[in-house]
Amino acid sequence: MAEEFDDEFDGPVKRFLFVNRKAPYGTVYALESLEVVLISAAFDQDVSLVFMDDGVFQIVKDQNTDGINIKNFSRTYRALEGYDVEKLYVEKESLEARGLSEDDLLVPVEVLDSKALSELMNAQDVVISA
Amino acid sequence: MKMLHVVNKSPFEKSSLSSCLRVAKNDSGILLIEDGVFGALQGTSVTDEIAGRSADFKIYVLGPDLAARGLSEKPIIDGIEIIDYEGFVDLAVEHGAVNSWL
Repeated sequence: MAEEFDDEFDGPVKRFLFVNRKAPYGTVYALESLEVVLISAAFDQDVSLVFMDDGVFQIVKDQNTDGINIKNFSRTYRALEGYDVEKLYVEKESLEARGLSEDDLLVPVEVLDSKALSELMNAQDVVISA
Repeated sequence: MKMLHVVNKSPFEKSSLSSCLRVAKNDSGILLIEDGVFGALQGTSVTDEIAGRSADFKIYVLGPDLAARGLSEKPIIDGIEIIDYEGFVDLAVEHGAVNSWL
């Protein structure tokens, strides 16, 4: 008896927060985190992303990796909207410490101070930090 | 013989660059590569520490690593020279020893 294939995920939906704290390219953490974000979105989970510490460098615009022979995955952040991943947050303190502003970023984000970020983190079911 | 110090860790995350600046002999070369290139930026929380020592050393930053991170057009600390991979090879040849601060 063949089971009918259902592409809608009907399991529990949890609030997932991905905390991105590493710069891209120097280590593989940023790319791996992005892969898990996409998988979570495929299972229709309630996904939010935070960029803090060196993680803010992941979404700096005008990345060009031609000279280092590594795939430029920064465009993927702009595609997240298509997977209904639209809650992107950046910690204000992390941006400022790196001489960056919202204008330097390649996706629309909400800038939060660390207190607001603390509240956001506390409201999650699952927090995955990388 | 002058030594070339190579730093590949973010100054916001690791103390490699601070340790290098503390220990390296004056007139050494310091090359910032990979996530180490963040140390070359103006207007960050670590700019003063590095700019304050820029007269003691010859500091270089690898251009392709700046470009990969979207930082080619960002202001760099005065005195820091942007080099390419050929320049990296030249520095390694010119200096007596290379110290990689992993």
